[in-house]
Amino acid sequence: MMHTFVAYVEDLPGVLTRVASLFRRLNINIHSLTVGRSERPGLSRLTLVCEASAEAGHRIRASLYKLENVVEVDDIAQAPSVTRELALIKVGATKETRSAIFELVEVFRARIVDLTADSLMVEMTGVESKIEGLIEVLKQSDSPILEICRSGKMTMRRGHHTSRVLRAMGSAGDDAIEPESVDLTPEGAAIEPE
Amino acid sequence: MGSNANQQTSNAHLTTPTPLTGAEIVWATLVGEGVTDVFGYPGGAILPVYDALRKFPIHHTLVRHEQGASHMADGYARASGKVGVALATSGPGATNLVTGIATAMLDSIPVVCITGNVSSKVLGTDAFQEVDITGITLPVTKHNFLVNRADDIAPAIRHAFQIAQSGRPGPVLVDITKDAQQATAIFDFAAAKPKPYKPHPMLHVDDTALTQAAELIRNAKRPVILAGHGVSESGAMEQVRTLAERTQTPVALTLLGLGVFPASHPLSLGMMGMHGESWVNDAIQEADLLIACGMRFDDRVTGKLSSYAQKAKKIHIEIDPAEINKNVKADVALVGDLRAVLEDLLPRVGGRDGSAWLKTIEASKGASAVRDIRNLPDSGHLYAAHVMHDLWRLTGGDAVVVTDVGQHQMWEAQYFHHEKPRTLITSGGLGTMGFALPAAIGAKFACPEKEVWVVAGDGGFQMTAAELSTIVQEGIKINIAIINNGYLGMVRQWQEFFYDRNYESTPLVSPDFVKLADAHGIPGRAVRTRGEVEDAVQEARSTKGAYLLNFLVEKEDSVYPMIPVGSALHEMILRPHKNPLLEQPDDE
Repeated sequence: MMHTFVAYVEDLPGVLTRVASLFRRLNINIHSLTVGRSERPGLSRLTLVCEASAEAGHRIRASLYKLENVVEVDDIAQAPSVTRELALIKVGATKETRSAIFELVEVFRARIVDLTADSLMVEMTGVESKIEGLIEVLKQSDSPILEICRSGKMTMRRGHHTSRVLRAMGSAGDDAIEPESVDLTPEGAAIEPE
Repeated sequence: MGSNANQQTSNAHLTTPTPLTGAEIVWATLVGEGVTDVFGYPGGAILPVYDALRKFPIHHTLVRHEQGASHMADGYARASGKVGVALATSGPGATNLVTGIATAMLDSIPVVCITGNVSSKVLGTDAFQEVDITGITLPVTKHNFLVNRADDIAPAIRHAFQIAQSGRPGPVLVDITKDAQQATAIFDFAAAKPKPYKPHPMLHVDDTALTQAAELIRNAKRPVILAGHGVSESGAMEQVRTLAERTQTPVALTLLGLGVFPASHPLSLGMMGMHGESWVNDAIQEADLLIACGMRFDDRVTGKLSSYAQKAKKIHIEIDPAEINKNVKADVALVGDLRAVLEDLLPRVGGRDGSAWLKTIEASKGASAVRDIRNLPDSGHLYAAHVMHDLWRLTGGDAVVVTDVGQHQMWEAQYFHHEKPRTLITSGGLGTMGFALPAAIGAKFACPEKEVWVVAGDGGFQMTAAELSTIVQEGIKINIAIINNGYLGMVRQWQEFFYDRNYESTPLVSPDFVKLADAHGIPGRAVRTRGEVEDAVQEARSTKGAYLLNFLVEKEDSVYPMIPVGSALHEMILRPHKNPLLEQPDDE
C-alpha cells in the first residue's frame, strides 16, 4: 500500500540523507519527497510517499524516530487530511494553438504563468489525480508537452495540529508540542506545561 | 595558549571556561565524560589531538590496525558497561574502524569513535587521506557528527556520549577536521551539555498491556522466558530472576544473553536457537507463552519464522519500538526499559506451580544429554568441547571469556557456563571474525583484576593476530586459547552438511602459533590430548604475563545440535547416535 509520512526534522546538513538512507536500506523506492521550512524555527517539514507493505508503516515510523535529527513522525495512513501537489508544465504552443490550451487550463482551474511566442507554462495545484488528468489531456492535444516539474505530495492532517494528534496517540516527543497559533514563536517559547 | 594548558595539572578547565585548542578540547571533554582509556592509531589528520594527549590523564593504547581499536573500545564497553573510545586518523584509518563500528551497532554496544579529517577548506576535494567517513558509517552508527569548528567539538562529543549510552545503546562517530583541532575556542564543559535525553516517542507501556501480560502469565501452562542482551543493558537481572522464580518459568537465553541468568540456576535452560540444545528449542516450540525480555527474535534464534512457536502467545518487552512485530508478532508489546517494565509487571504477577511443565522439559533432555561429548569416554582425541568444559571447570567459571566467531564460539556457549553478565564477550549480530583478541585487550583494560581468556579459532585469530604486539607493549595479562582444527570450521561444517562435503577454500594453513607467540615474547605451548589440557590451562593461568595455548583439536568435529538455515526450531540435526569421530576403526 501507499504510505504517507509527515516528519519534522532538524534543518541541518545531511539530515535528508539520513532519512533517505533508511528507505534505501529497506529497498523501498521513495515516490515523492517534499521538504521545506515549517512553522517551527530550525525544523523542516517533509512529506514522504512510498509504497510498502501495510505492516511496514509501524517499523518505518519507529525507525525514523531512531534518527537523531528527526523530531516528529506522523504516519498519515487513512487519516482525514489534505494533500496537494504543485506542477509546472511547459507546453509548446503558438498563437494558433494557444486558445485550446487556455480552455483546458480554465477547466482544470490551473494558471498560465509564462507565455512566449512558441511556448507557455501552466501552473497547477491539486491532488495527484487532477494533475495526472491535465497531463493526460495535454498529451492528447496538438500542443506537445516540453517539460514537467512536479513537487511531490504535501500532506497535512485536517483539524488539530499534527503534534497534538501525535501526543494524543501517546507517541510524540516531549518538545513536540504545537504552538496554538502558527506564528513564528521562538523554539521553546510555545511549550505549555503538561 | 598551548603553554598555559601545558601547565594545567588540575581539572580546573572542567569547572571554569578556559580557552583551549580543539585538540585539547577533545581530551578535556573525554576526561569530563569520565574516560580513562582510549584505543587508537595516530596519523596526519589527527596529529594535533595526539600532540595534546600528554597534558591529560588518559591512557592511550596503540593498536596495530584500527579495526583493533574499534574492537578494543567495544570489548571495553561490553566488559565495563561504560562507553569505549576509539581514535583514528582520516581516510584508511577511519575506514579500518568500520568493521568494529558495525560490530558494535549490531550488538548495541556504546562506543564513541573519534576520527580526524582533512581541513574543512579541502573537505570534499579528494585531498590526501580524505574519505567521507560520516557518509560511510551512516548506516552502522546510531548517529555521527562532522565537526569543523573548535567550538562545536565539546558539544558534539558530549552529545555522542549521550546517544551512545541512551535507549538502545550503539556506536557514535565524531569526525573532526584538522583545522578545528588546531583552532582555539573557549572550552565550557557544563555549557556543552546536550539537551536532556528524550526517550523514543513510541515507547509505550500502559496499564491495559501490563494487565494483559499478567493475565497471560497467570493462565500459561507452558511458559518460557527468553532473555537477551537487553537484560544486562537494562540491569534487569534481579527482575528477570524474580519473574522466573515466582512463576516457576524456565529461562532460555540468546547468545548475547548468556550470563544474564545464572547457568547453574535450576530454571536455566541454556542457549536457544541454531546451536541451542534440542530440549531448549523443543520447549520453545511446545510453549504456550513466550516472555521475551530484551531480545529481538534474530533469525539465529527463531529458525523458520512461519513455524516458530506456533502454540505460544508472545509478550515482547523491548526498548526499541522498531523491533516490535519485526520478526515475530507480539500479542502484548511492552515497549520500554526492561527493568522498569518488569518492576511494573511483577506486582501483578503471583506465584504459580510450574512443576508439570518443568518435568516435561526435564524428561525431553533424555537421549540428547547422554550423547553429549562430555559423557563419552576419553578416546585420546582432543575435542573443542572438552577444552571448553575444562576451561570452565578450571577457572571455576570466574573469568571473562572473549570469543571469536565460528565453531569454537558455539562450543564456548554450550560448555562454558556463565553465571554473571559481562563474562562472555562475543560478536553475535555481525559475527565478526578477528573480534576476540582486540576485544579481549579492551576487556582487560576495563577489568584489570579479572582473568581474561581469548577463545579463537585458527582462522579468526589470524585476522587480527597483529594485536599480540599490543598486548606486549601494554604488558597486560591475557590468556589465549586457539581452537585449531586446520579448517575454517563452521564453514567446513556447512559444506559437510549442505554442500556435499565440498571443502572448497576451508582447509587453512596457519603458522606455528606457539612460535608466533614466542616471536612476540609471549610464552605458549601446544596441546594435543585431553590429558594435557588441565596442566596447560593451569600453566597459562599461573604465568605472570600473556600466555598462548594452541589446542590442536579434532579436525572434522561439528557443532551439534544444529538447526539448518530455513528449518523450524524442532527440526534440529541432533548429535549422531554413534559419534563417527569417536568411534573410528583404529579406536578400541
